Amino acid sequence: MRATSKWLSGSSFRIVFDAVFHKEFVGLKSDKRLRWRTWVLVAALALVAQAPIAAEWVRQWLPLAKDGIHDPKSPALEVLQDPAAALSRLPADRVGNQVNWVAALEQGVINPRTNILPETKVRILDTDILLNLHGGTPIVRFPHRQHTLWLDCSNCHEHLFQSKAGANKFSMERILQGEQCGVCHGAVSFPLTACARCHNTPRNKPLPAAAVRGS
Amino acid sequence: MFARLVILVALGAALAAAPAEAEYADVVLNNRSEKEGVRAVIFSHWFHRIRFRCKVCHDELGFKMRAGANDVRMVDISNGKFCGMCHNGQIAWGAERCDLCHSGRSGLKSRIHGGHETLGPGRW
Repeated sequence: MRATSKWLSGSSFRIVFDAVFHKEFVGLKSDKRLRWRTWVLVAALALVAQAPIAAEWVRQWLPLAKDGIHDPKSPALEVLQDPAAALSRLPADRVGNQVNWVAALEQGVINPRTNILPETKVRILDTDILLNLHGGTPIVRFPHRQHTLWLDCSNCHEHLFQSKAGANKFSMERILQGEQCGVCHGAVSFPLTACARCHNTPRNKPLPAAAVRGS
Repeated sequence: MFARLVILVALGAALAAAPAEAEYADVVLNNRSEKEGVRAVIFSHWFHRIRFRCKVCHDELGFKMRAGANDVRMVDISNGKFCGMCHNGQIAWGAERCDLCHSGRSGLKSRIHGGHETLGPGRW
């Protein structure tokens, strides 16, 4: 499949080039022209379909000079790393930075520091909480482990969420407006367009026994 | 004519797929910078989270998780607070290298950038 699409894309450029400059069209009989038109159509379709055919997902990152927020004249651009140089080596995702940050941690591709102050206690909790138990969308199985790999308890408790299971009232509207889970999801961690990553547990099957029931 | 039309459609579709935004979760800090005559600060979450977990800055260093909510002054940084905890010439470049952080184009407001982000009164 890959070889076919490569061949198609290679020759399609020549066909498209010829077509644009009428090289092959001039002086041809009408049935031949029709055949060429078919080829041009096939080539154009191959161009459009190329990305999903040739590779699972081609990740691209804009260089800092073209990202719309850095000043292209800033001397920093000669020093700072471009996103592609770092992110292309990390496990792929389709959303956000196009990096699966939790996988990057778990696979040991990165090992970011947990603390700077030696006296800081690094806390990890491995308890899953089931949320949205009475809603219409699939149940949310919230994993503390993946969250505490990155965050400290105090980042979410008690000002965003009470620690007592069942005590919190969640609202997608508030989340979409950047409150609750939306403080991070939609801003820095995977975005809210990835519904099924949180709404990940079917309602019509037995609930995972190890998980704690929340609200 | 027919061929040109097909080609244009194909090229249009190819170009439309290209990204056109700041990197996801880039933060602009400009509460004070441009008023004080320097470029706005661009903070890249992607660069920092490769090296530090969220809890380092958002717990130990005390950065609130809301773009624009942190009143960061250069005097604090020079005294080892906020960015100055690392940007001290030991862990990362020191505060005297102004241009490396103050690198934003003019007229930017303090906010978080990148695609997919939510909007609403909950955001700063």
